[in-house]
Amino acid sequence: MEILMSILAGILFMAGTYMVLSKNMIRIIIGTAIISHGAHVLLLTMAGLKTGAPPLLGLKASTYTDPLPQALILTAIVISFGVTSFFIVLGYRAYKETGTDDTKKLRGTDSYD
Amino acid sequence: MTNLVILPILIPLLTGVILLFIPKKIPFQKILSLISGFLLIGVNIFLILNILNNGIQSLELGGWQPPFGIVLVGDMLAVLLVTTTSIVSLAVLLFSFYSIGAEREKFYYYPFYQFLITGVIGAFLTGDIFNLFVFFEVMLIASYILIVHGGTKVQLRESFKYVLVNIISSALFVIGVAYLYAVTGTLNMAHLSERIGSLETGAPILTVIAILFLIVFGLKGALFPLYFWLPASYAAPPSAIAAIFGALLTKVGIYSIFRTYSIVFIHDTGYTHQILAVLAAITMLGGVIGAIAHQDVKKILVYNVIVAVGFVLFGVATLTEAGFMGAIYYLIHDMVIKGALFLMIGAMVVVAGTSHLKEMSGLIKHHPKLGWMFFTATMALVGVPPLSGFIGKLLLVQGGIDSGQYWIVAVMMLTSLLVMYSMIRIFLNGFYGKIILKEADQYGTTKGLLFPCAILVAVSVFLGLGAQALYPLVATAAETLLQPEIYIDAVLKE
Repeated sequence: MEILMSILAGILFMAGTYMVLSKNMIRIIIGTAIISHGAHVLLLTMAGLKTGAPPLLGLKASTYTDPLPQALILTAIVISFGVTSFFIVLGYRAYKETGTDDTKKLRGTDSYD
Repeated sequence: MTNLVILPILIPLLTGVILLFIPKKIPFQKILSLISGFLLIGVNIFLILNILNNGIQSLELGGWQPPFGIVLVGDMLAVLLVTTTSIVSLAVLLFSFYSIGAEREKFYYYPFYQFLITGVIGAFLTGDIFNLFVFFEVMLIASYILIVHGGTKVQLRESFKYVLVNIISSALFVIGVAYLYAVTGTLNMAHLSERIGSLETGAPILTVIAILFLIVFGLKGALFPLYFWLPASYAAPPSAIAAIFGALLTKVGIYSIFRTYSIVFIHDTGYTHQILAVLAAITMLGGVIGAIAHQDVKKILVYNVIVAVGFVLFGVATLTEAGFMGAIYYLIHDMVIKGALFLMIGAMVVVAGTSHLKEMSGLIKHHPKLGWMFFTATMALVGVPPLSGFIGKLLLVQGGIDSGQYWIVAVMMLTSLLVMYSMIRIFLNGFYGKIILKEADQYGTTKGLLFPCAILVAVSVFLGLGAQALYPLVATAAETLLQPEIYIDAVLKE
């Protein structure tokens, strides 16, 4: 199971990186979202997946799942959700203001007004 | 245990939340921000005295014993940086009163300014590596908003790249935390230090994780080759925002490298710290080459931010007492002096109406105070004794020689000279030379803009002249980093 999940995380990273490297703004934004998902899947996998028990069973439980990664992933998901929504709005405003969603045309280091 | 450690985080956070509810009452927002700024400085000085007398202060949040819960750790390094942050942020706040403009003020400038400070201070104070990630995000989200605040074309263009780079580095941060947790089973920095310290030598996976964290923090802290995003994005926003970014944001990345590379990843220093030293040397050179190449005053200064990153991280990489003390001292000095220089450049741009060096000249005729303050700050940045840069650089050189990194010391000396050239060029071309602007033709007034600069220059002069008073504090901070046992004992209380 861990191996499968690791491969899944790898595929997500691959797809996300491919998207981020494209020129289109909305593809880049979706790419960052996919990379974050990959990171979350990896976080969950790294802590060990299936021990066959819920996280909290009291002190004398013979088997339990480590609850910490789940707390971490929850925090990370909320943050990446907020950042992604901000990023979409930012991309939209940049498109409205500069008139293009092609990052090649957003280079311009010559003048800054 | 004392609750005092959480106050520096709570004060700006609560201020920010209150300010969110009164977006239309600008004078009230200003007064409240000022009160909160002064309160913050007071609390921090009290905290420094407390730590000097009683040792490291730690607070277990929610009453969970470490390593299970999150701890806030106020050791001397963190509290010194938090205090510097509070001073710099107050000066920049004063500067923004007169420069940020009514339009930006109406759209929640002051609340997000407070949230930015919350994130920076939280990152300094936390003792848990995932909590560090959370405070990084608090800081970054506030910085996303501030960098695009006002929504001009150039800001939107540059902030898109800025946000992208930081999202990627945050994803890498989560990945690093995942690996670290899988290998060590803990995220508390003191506990990490203890566990990694007790491992037998040669844990290659930990070296990989150390390099991964170097990439993450190097992206935030602008370490070679990861500083490509910094110059364009820091030159885009208004001067007050650029000042707080240049003075504080990269410093949080540097601090994180400092903390992890002195307490956590000390299992294979021959490899990891050598990489850090070489990268620091290239960072110095790359930064100063950019500073010389540009004709735009903002860009020149932004590239000088990168040079300072190299200086501090070289001190970290030496792993000697003198090197650590030099790095801490230089870090504090640089936060103050970069804030001052950014504000003065901002005032120059207001007066001259342009940031291009060739189009401004002879400003000292009508602005002698600004001119000589700029000169003093330049001398302090370069490290002319007895100003503040000198002591930091002296200790860094000493640390470099102690650890036998002679060629990097040579690079450092060369870089210092070139920094001097790049900055004195602004003084000679911008302040001296033919007077092209008559008093009446000036594009703006420096009313209210000089006082905050004066505060920071005064602090910088004090850092130089009062080095004797500061020495025991810096020595305590360096001692904690050199002997992780002190930190571990204070946090885990064994």
